[in-house]
Amino acid sequence: MGTMSKSPWLLHYDASSCNGCDIEVLDCLMPKYDIERFGIINTGDPFQADILLITGGINSQTEPVVKQLYSQMPEPKVVVAVGICACTGGVFKECYNIKGGVDTVIPVDVYVPGCAARPESIIDGVVKALAILDQKQKDAKSGKTAEADDEAGGTNG
Amino acid sequence: MRILSVLGFLILAPFLGGLLDGIDRKISARMQRRVGPPLLQPFYDLKKLFSKQTIAVNNVQLLLNLSYLVFLMISGALLFAGTDILMCLFILSTADMFLILAASSDSSPYANMGASRELIQMMAYEPLTLLVAVGFYLTTGSFQVSEIIRQPLSALLFMPGMLLGFVFSATIKFRKSPFDLSTSHHAHQEMVKGLTTEMSGFNLAIMNIAEYYEIVLILGIFCLFIINRNPVSWIFAVAFCLFLYFIEILVDNACSRVKWSTMLWSCWTVTLLTGGINLFVLLLIQ
Amino acid sequence: MLIPVLIGLPVVTAAAVSLLPGSRLRELAVYTGAFAEMILTLLFLFQWIQNGSVPQLYYTNPEWVNPGITIADIALTGFILFLSARYRQWFPALLSLLQTGLVLYTEHTAVIAEAPHMMVDRLALVMCVIIAFVGGFICIYAVGYMKGYHHHNPKVADRRYFFFSMLFLFLGAMYGLVLSQNLIWMYFFWEITSVISFLLIGYTRTEEAIRNSFKALWMNLFGGLGFAVAIALLAFTGGNLQLSYAAEHGSALVLACLSLAALTKSAQLPFSNWLFGAMVAPTPSSALLHSATMVKAGVYLLIRLSPAFHGSLVGFMVSMIGGFTFIVTSMMAISQNDAKKVLAFSTISNLGLIVACAGIGAKETVWGAIFLMIFHAVSKSMLFQSVGSTENSLFSRDIEDMHGMLLRLPKLTYIMGIGIAGMYLAPFGMLISKWVALKAFVDSGNVLLVLFIAYGSATTMFYWTKWLSKLISQHRTRQEVADVTHRDEYLSMYVHAASMVGLCLLFPALAFRLVNPIVLELFGDAKTVLSMSVMTTMVIMLASIVFVPLSMFLVSRAAHSKLVPIYMNGINIGDNTHCVGSFGQEEHLYLSNWYLRFEFGRRRLLRPSIYFAASILVIVFCLIIGGIS
Repeated sequence: MGTMSKSPWLLHYDASSCNGCDIEVLDCLMPKYDIERFGIINTGDPFQADILLITGGINSQTEPVVKQLYSQMPEPKVVVAVGICACTGGVFKECYNIKGGVDTVIPVDVYVPGCAARPESIIDGVVKALAILDQKQKDAKSGKTAEADDEAGGTNG
Repeated sequence: MRILSVLGFLILAPFLGGLLDGIDRKISARMQRRVGPPLLQPFYDLKKLFSKQTIAVNNVQLLLNLSYLVFLMISGALLFAGTDILMCLFILSTADMFLILAASSDSSPYANMGASRELIQMMAYEPLTLLVAVGFYLTTGSFQVSEIIRQPLSALLFMPGMLLGFVFSATIKFRKSPFDLSTSHHAHQEMVKGLTTEMSGFNLAIMNIAEYYEIVLILGIFCLFIINRNPVSWIFAVAFCLFLYFIEILVDNACSRVKWSTMLWSCWTVTLLTGGINLFVLLLIQ
Repeated sequence: MLIPVLIGLPVVTAAAVSLLPGSRLRELAVYTGAFAEMILTLLFLFQWIQNGSVPQLYYTNPEWVNPGITIADIALTGFILFLSARYRQWFPALLSLLQTGLVLYTEHTAVIAEAPHMMVDRLALVMCVIIAFVGGFICIYAVGYMKGYHHHNPKVADRRYFFFSMLFLFLGAMYGLVLSQNLIWMYFFWEITSVISFLLIGYTRTEEAIRNSFKALWMNLFGGLGFAVAIALLAFTGGNLQLSYAAEHGSALVLACLSLAALTKSAQLPFSNWLFGAMVAPTPSSALLHSATMVKAGVYLLIRLSPAFHGSLVGFMVSMIGGFTFIVTSMMAISQNDAKKVLAFSTISNLGLIVACAGIGAKETVWGAIFLMIFHAVSKSMLFQSVGSTENSLFSRDIEDMHGMLLRLPKLTYIMGIGIAGMYLAPFGMLISKWVALKAFVDSGNVLLVLFIAYGSATTMFYWTKWLSKLISQHRTRQEVADVTHRDEYLSMYVHAASMVGLCLLFPALAFRLVNPIVLELFGDAKTVLSMSVMTTMVIMLASIVFVPLSMFLVSRAAHSKLVPIYMNGINIGDNTHCVGSFGQEEHLYLSNWYLRFEFGRRRLLRPSIYFAASILVIVFCLIIGGIS
């Protein structure tokens, strides 16, 4: 296990979710699942977060917010899209105000489908994200920067 | 001896503080019927924070944060070197002032609110800390820590009121509910974590280490109540500190956060009732 | 013999300033007057050292001066009567008539032993140096400040010649006051400072200014009446009008009356109101009269009397009122957003601490009181000046408008920062003195005073820190601000800042060479209050407060951080000062300090505290007159 994966801190943002997935995310913090076991903290502050956890599809109002929050997170960082709306836009995909999944705005590392996504699968997704996080840190150390990702995020938006 | 104790403080305090924090998180989790993070989680967190990219909103925050840390270290060093306790407390509040300046230098809504709340917290606990120093002076005849710990009887016997009051206001210093207004040790958002909103990576790590120093420093002051000429008292002091820390954790988990005015007035009233009366009695029996 | 020159030179300068045509010449006169005064004071100091550094007495039999003072007294009363009649204020007129009548009657009926009229000792010299240097540089500051002031306030009639001549006249009166040993002389100079303060408060001649100036006048005259009563009592019972005689043999009533005069002059509760009102005056006069020198005359008198206060009822009254004023006004300072008002409250509050120290009358407390007085004079005068210059540049003296001033007016912010740090930060002078005061209060066994100082230092910390944090905020405002501070102003402020830092660094020397001997002169023996080891700790800490941020600055320079916008829930627009509102519109960010108006506001606290302090005064006076003590 790397440095990052031992203390991953989350930022949870509701882009336009119906709150179904949000409740499931909060479920993970409850005694039954207790993700703090893994050192995971739901910080709610982009400056301190390593994982950006987004629920719901992106609409025109939340688009700049998501971009900004992402830009305020220090490297290395990963994005987890939780729920089918966050993955693709879900049933709201064709709505006039919906841009689509989170990946239309910022690069997404892990997709967690489901409506609503179950706590088990959310935890599974976060654990997958941890591996990516460690990998990213290793890459950053060996000289490869994450700049490419940043640019990709910019152009996609 | 003095140099050893100061060095011991400077080197060991972050580890001790971190360990206490780890115990705190574990016990809190158990109180909430959770498993909780590993005992060494605070150190994993620190290691991660140091390895992250440093982002900031301005260039002065780091400077002020570092000054906060260094002043806390100086303050603790003064205590552990056995010098003037009043000076140590003055430096402690100077350190805290740097933290407030660091937060308000961001000029951001949450940090600003956090800084203001921290300021209120400072105003709430400050009178009692001064009274405690005065109490030590009256019971032992000196502000010097080295004199205080060489008394035949523990200071506790003469100043139980002060101790009670200090336990009450130490809740602020430990950043525990019901008085964790400016920032909390738990996973909270925005307003409740106001003070640290714009601190990331290195900055936050500095802040955490400073907090660990502060915990040890405050516990050190608690020890002064117990320690006397008899070496056995040191064991009692440590046991007492651990007990106290447990009580703080219990209170933290059992209380909800209060409004700032409740905190201010309750602290001031408790100070007056415990510290003030104790002081009066001390002056009478002198 | 330099004393007449010392007092006369400012008077001559005052006349020159008011008579000379053209602003150029006038400025020249101000500069020459101020510098000549400083040089003279230094000469005076050296002369005194050469004569053996012992208290020296002068003018045992001044033939023509006494009638001169009588005539001047009558003229002063006439002037007050004239102005009172013009503005239909009967109360000051009545007070003035009463006291002048009393003093004149005493002077011409009582048999008064022949004694020296003036005395030069260390305490008087310290005051002289403060008056010469702080006062002189404030006059120089005023040259630049008044230009800007009249530029920004075109409605106010330009009476600069009057303003400067009053400032210099005041300096002359202050010299007279601190050097006088005869109470009638002292009373005369005391009244002059009251009247000049009254005239300067009314400088703008607005309705508010006139109202406040008369408030200041009647309160000060009320104190003057106490002074007059004390003179009459002393003359008819002891036949001696020496200040030292009053301190040694004065009855409780005499001491109480003199304390009453001192309390009004130092704007202690219940007489604090006049000092808040005095803030309408142009800033140099606030700096000179209402913080650095004139209000110090009150505490100067109390320090002179302090040996008599030890363990007496009057001392108890004075220390209680001082301590109470210290805490209540520091609470009220929290709720002020006008920078000058904050300074006014903090001045009263600090004076309260000095008064409390003097009232206890122990060696340690007087030691602390003298220190507080020196440090307060320098740092408060500097703060007033920086606020004044800021007002000229920013068109506001609201602390809220100083948000992010570090980026807009850096030089002024640094000066203000040094002033604020000097007022409360560990290990600067004020805090050390506070520490000494705390220790001395504990030793004197006064629980209430210990509690006052414990709570009061918490509230003091609150309002200074929130001001400081407002200043250093990294906040860019929309409009650019030009620093229009004149060179005269900076000259004065730099000198003040340098002497502030110098005083802190020279703290041990100051303690051993200056303050210990003063205590020795006052009490007959002195005690080392702070041990050398404590002082070394302090100097080390002073160094650390300079070096820690400095070295950390270098460290943080080395760290490369990526700068991002502040956290506003991700809805910032472009910069750090705008965000999206709830209707999708653009909102400008506005951050305010906490003022706790409901809890600590003047409206809530002032009236009860005035009643409380007044009742202390009344009760103690009743007790004394009733012969209890």
